[in-house]
Amino acid sequence: MTSSQGFVFEIPPRVTFLDEEGVLLPGRSPPMTDAKAVELYRHMLRARLFDDRLLKLQRQGRIGTFAPSFGQEACQVGSLAALTAKDWFVPSFREMAGALYRGAPMMSILIYAMGYEEGSKVPDGARDLPVSIPVGGQSAHAVGLAWAMKLKKDPGIAICYFGDGATSEGIVYESMNFAGVLRVPTIFFCQNNQWAISTPRRNQTAAETIAQKAIGAGIEGRQVDGNDLFAVYEATREAAELGRTTGMSTLIEAITFRRGVHTTADDPSVYRTKAEEDAWAKRDPIDRMRKFLTAKGAWSEALQAKAEAEIGAETAKAIEEAEAFRAAGPSPLTMFDHTFSYMPAYLQRQRDEAERAFKGRDVMVGVSTKKQGQGSSAVVGELEEAKD
Amino acid sequence: MTTTTAAKSNRITMVQAINQALSEEMERDPTIILLGEDVGVDGGVFRVTQGLQAKFGADRVVDTPLAESGIAGTAVGLAIGGMRPVMEVQFSGFMNFAFEQLQPHVSRFRQRTCGQRAMRLVCRAPSGGGIRALEHHSESEEAMYLNTPGFIVMMPSGPRNAYGLMKAAVRSDDPVIFFEPKSVYRAIKEEVPVNGDPIPIGKAEIPKTGTDVTVVTWGAMVKRTMDSIAGHTASIEVVDLLTLKPLNHSLVIESVKKTGRLVVVHEAARTGGMAGEIFARVCEDAFYHLRAPMKRVCGYDVPYPLFARENAYLPDKHRIVAAIDEALRD
Repeated sequence: MTSSQGFVFEIPPRVTFLDEEGVLLPGRSPPMTDAKAVELYRHMLRARLFDDRLLKLQRQGRIGTFAPSFGQEACQVGSLAALTAKDWFVPSFREMAGALYRGAPMMSILIYAMGYEEGSKVPDGARDLPVSIPVGGQSAHAVGLAWAMKLKKDPGIAICYFGDGATSEGIVYESMNFAGVLRVPTIFFCQNNQWAISTPRRNQTAAETIAQKAIGAGIEGRQVDGNDLFAVYEATREAAELGRTTGMSTLIEAITFRRGVHTTADDPSVYRTKAEEDAWAKRDPIDRMRKFLTAKGAWSEALQAKAEAEIGAETAKAIEEAEAFRAAGPSPLTMFDHTFSYMPAYLQRQRDEAERAFKGRDVMVGVSTKKQGQGSSAVVGELEEAKD
Repeated sequence: MTTTTAAKSNRITMVQAINQALSEEMERDPTIILLGEDVGVDGGVFRVTQGLQAKFGADRVVDTPLAESGIAGTAVGLAIGGMRPVMEVQFSGFMNFAFEQLQPHVSRFRQRTCGQRAMRLVCRAPSGGGIRALEHHSESEEAMYLNTPGFIVMMPSGPRNAYGLMKAAVRSDDPVIFFEPKSVYRAIKEEVPVNGDPIPIGKAEIPKTGTDVTVVTWGAMVKRTMDSIAGHTASIEVVDLLTLKPLNHSLVIESVKKTGRLVVVHEAARTGGMAGEIFARVCEDAFYHLRAPMKRVCGYDVPYPLFARENAYLPDKHRIVAAIDEALRD
């Protein structure tokens, strides 16, 4: 909220539309049609089922480490649904649901998880950036994109995603500060999922809310129920409209929960309780929306079964394509081909040496034959164990 | 430095050996504190600090907010304030975000204050590739720290020397960058003494003596080199640097003078890598003893690839043996 002098001074109350049972709160009406709500529900379901399948593939050794979106589907689908394809999507590393919504092929997500750079390519013309792993850094890229659009008189805005942990990194504050000073419309979408690997939100900041950090940067701050698709959608829609009309940026803190592992090698039982996980399971964003739509007569068990079958078939086809990609034997030498816009002589020499060294040998890392478990040894990757 | 006679030893991994070294040193010196992301309750993402918070309390094993430059910067203040911080950066790829404190402050504070303010701190980080990890989790960035005056840079190769080097690092009056080669974290078990001695800073080891060719290497490439040359007919001497800076110059030079041939193996990218520095020193001090051109086996000059191509990037048996054979040909 902005004062008469034009300065942000307050964070409005948390935005919520649906209670945990999917019932609209008094005075609230849905911010979208039933048809739109069904469409977005299906996007969330698609991400959830794909996530489940990826986890199984990882356990079978068919893909590597990845960070599930499990439980955060409303944050990602709800916010992106309020934007257009002309707006830039700047993810961190847990936005698989968002990437799918934006049109990333399942096959690309799979081959990225198989360890191929080829999976980071987006469809031509897509204003989507790839996965960004260094925590928080991508927030500045979003500001730069919004800045470029302003300079090019392009009406788009940029949205970046990060977690509660990232708000401890200086760069996230720097990004918000730039956005405020330069007046370039950026939405800083913080998925406060309560845990940064083993570190709980309370040990991340002594501030009462993350949203209030917006005040220090002179941009708008909002807190929303991140497991409420309508709340996320509406808050993002408002932030986008504000950005497009005034250049003002907004920090949205979406309260959610990382229902799964940090990555597939993490073991949350070391640092959090089953009771906490169970409490959040009751607030699951997909269950909540299904209850709402079912009560309205817009969804049914039959539609659910049909959607699950369709998504299952789509996933199976994508897995087939991805494994065919791997089986076709992508060249190891492509690692030399995108370092520069041209091939310097010294690098060409290394490439030639490598080509001779690789000849007739399989130097690629493929399916892991090791048993993959929820690990006690590494949060990322797999360690060789001593034989004795 | 106190010398104690090792009463007994245990057969353990590098993860356990570093844990044991930290635990023993923390018992000895109450000013040592550990700080980093997930080092406490979780015991570190590789479990290197497992059990230490339970043993020493949350004031001495501290789960910090997620901010590498914050960890490094507060470690500077802790060190000046009389503590001995041992900071962990979760992966060496993320030390780039601590570099804004490590280079301008940690490496320079002693010099800046004419010796008045010592940087008694250790920056630990899992380093190197080969574990099917995600982007930024596999780099070997020792050259950045070697080219920054003011750091001691260590990289152990196995449990026993990791234990001894960590003891030396924690007792050092100068800042130590301690790279832990994660691909051998649990791959090797060795006898590690209880309450054993530090390995002196700047002392290399010769895990295998030979007379035909010298192979200088460190970190995870020591095991890879030893595995690669098993059964080779030549008499190969392997030098494990352990401390990359200060380098055990005389040991390397004497070995090359003896064999007349040199191969350097490192995971890090070739251009600007440590092999070039070693070659320069050999040219300066042992040039006339060389009987063949020196060879290096390194990571290629490309950003570390995602894991499907990491075996192609990393030095492997084929490339190591080919380089040795080439050095032996002349």
